[in-house]
Amino acid sequence: MPSDPTLRVKALESLLVEKGLVDPAALDALIDTYEHKIGPRNGARVVARAWVDPAYKMRLLADAASAIAEVGLASSAGEHMVVVENGPKVHNLVVCTLCSCYPWPVLGLPPVWYKSTAYRSRAVIDPRGVLREFGLELAEDVEVRVWDSTAELRYLVLPERPAGSEKLSETELAELVTRDAMVGVAKALAPASGGKA
Amino acid sequence: MNGVHDMGGMHGMGPIHYEKNEPVFHARWESRVYALNRALAEWRKWNLDAWRHDIELLAPTDYLRMSYYEKWFAAMEKRVVKYGLVTRDELESGRPAPGSAKVNPAYTVTMAAVIGRGIPSSNDPSVAPLFQVGQAVRARNINPVGHTRLPRYARGKTGQIVRDHGVYVFPDTNAQFRGEKRQHVYSVRFAARELWGEDASPRDSVHLDMWDDYLEHAGS
Repeated sequence: MPSDPTLRVKALESLLVEKGLVDPAALDALIDTYEHKIGPRNGARVVARAWVDPAYKMRLLADAASAIAEVGLASSAGEHMVVVENGPKVHNLVVCTLCSCYPWPVLGLPPVWYKSTAYRSRAVIDPRGVLREFGLELAEDVEVRVWDSTAELRYLVLPERPAGSEKLSETELAELVTRDAMVGVAKALAPASGGKA
Repeated sequence: MNGVHDMGGMHGMGPIHYEKNEPVFHARWESRVYALNRALAEWRKWNLDAWRHDIELLAPTDYLRMSYYEKWFAAMEKRVVKYGLVTRDELESGRPAPGSAKVNPAYTVTMAAVIGRGIPSSNDPSVAPLFQVGQAVRARNINPVGHTRLPRYARGKTGQIVRDHGVYVFPDTNAQFRGEKRQHVYSVRFAARELWGEDASPRDSVHLDMWDDYLEHAGS
């Protein structure tokens, strides 16, 4: 067999297609879904809604599945979601030390660093060092809570609403919510820094 | 199993490499592996726990050397043969065995539009919890050779139940097709100092999700 992954994957796919085991059009459709339809924008909508609507935030923290479904995201997908809230004295960080568990429906597929041996090994034993590497220095009196996704629960961090964002609309607020902030390796963007994700 | 995949707390893995504006897939073959994996799962020859265990069973040197989707693909090549979807000869030749029947794909375009993996509901009042929120518990010191979701770094450590997540399939038996053994899963808070000693921050904690069978009462 060739060692080049491109050729090997192509060889297996054509064998499976020839046997009728997979439909290449279904593969195309799934890839399109993850490349274009599912991603951190979904989670950002949930966070922005929680920032502007205190009652929604309460529902989100108590029963994330139903609350995520409310903003029009698939309910079955959010079934086993847990949302953990950051505050002035609490910072949450999500990891999967055993593999790569990640809240796909609200964040899409995880980035390479999240699945890396460095992040997986260090996030639980040295969360403050990891956060420093991401440029986030936490004060001693802030409590760091690490969530190791060892079961079928999937964690989303509700970051703090940034100062100076009082006048922004829900849509504008969502632009401040990055993937990294919802994993817990960053804070939400400050309004002045623009809306880059 | 006490494999290299169970790496929480290990040293020596180096700095975290962050890629700005990272694409969802870095090459077309990665996206094909991802999608093939989903499509093959629809044949229901294996379950999610057995799937994870197949990756854990890669040689430790391969596990550490390979990229994420290389691992998925290496396990997939083994898996399609192991569960009888293709024969060893077919995998090596790349062609269906002469005279073999053609089937209809299990995973369809319609299914691809639906997100989620269909994990059963966690609401099952017929299964009683063995522990209550607030109780002190100890993670059992078990070292099974098969699949487990109890990481080494928590074994023998004492924590507190902070939330009951409901009822879930037990991975240790399910991965071996020895039954779902549904039971409660809890969020258990472990103080960082309990896990890592005096050098850890007195404020910090790690929460793990743990099944009834991973826990015992810690007394007081």
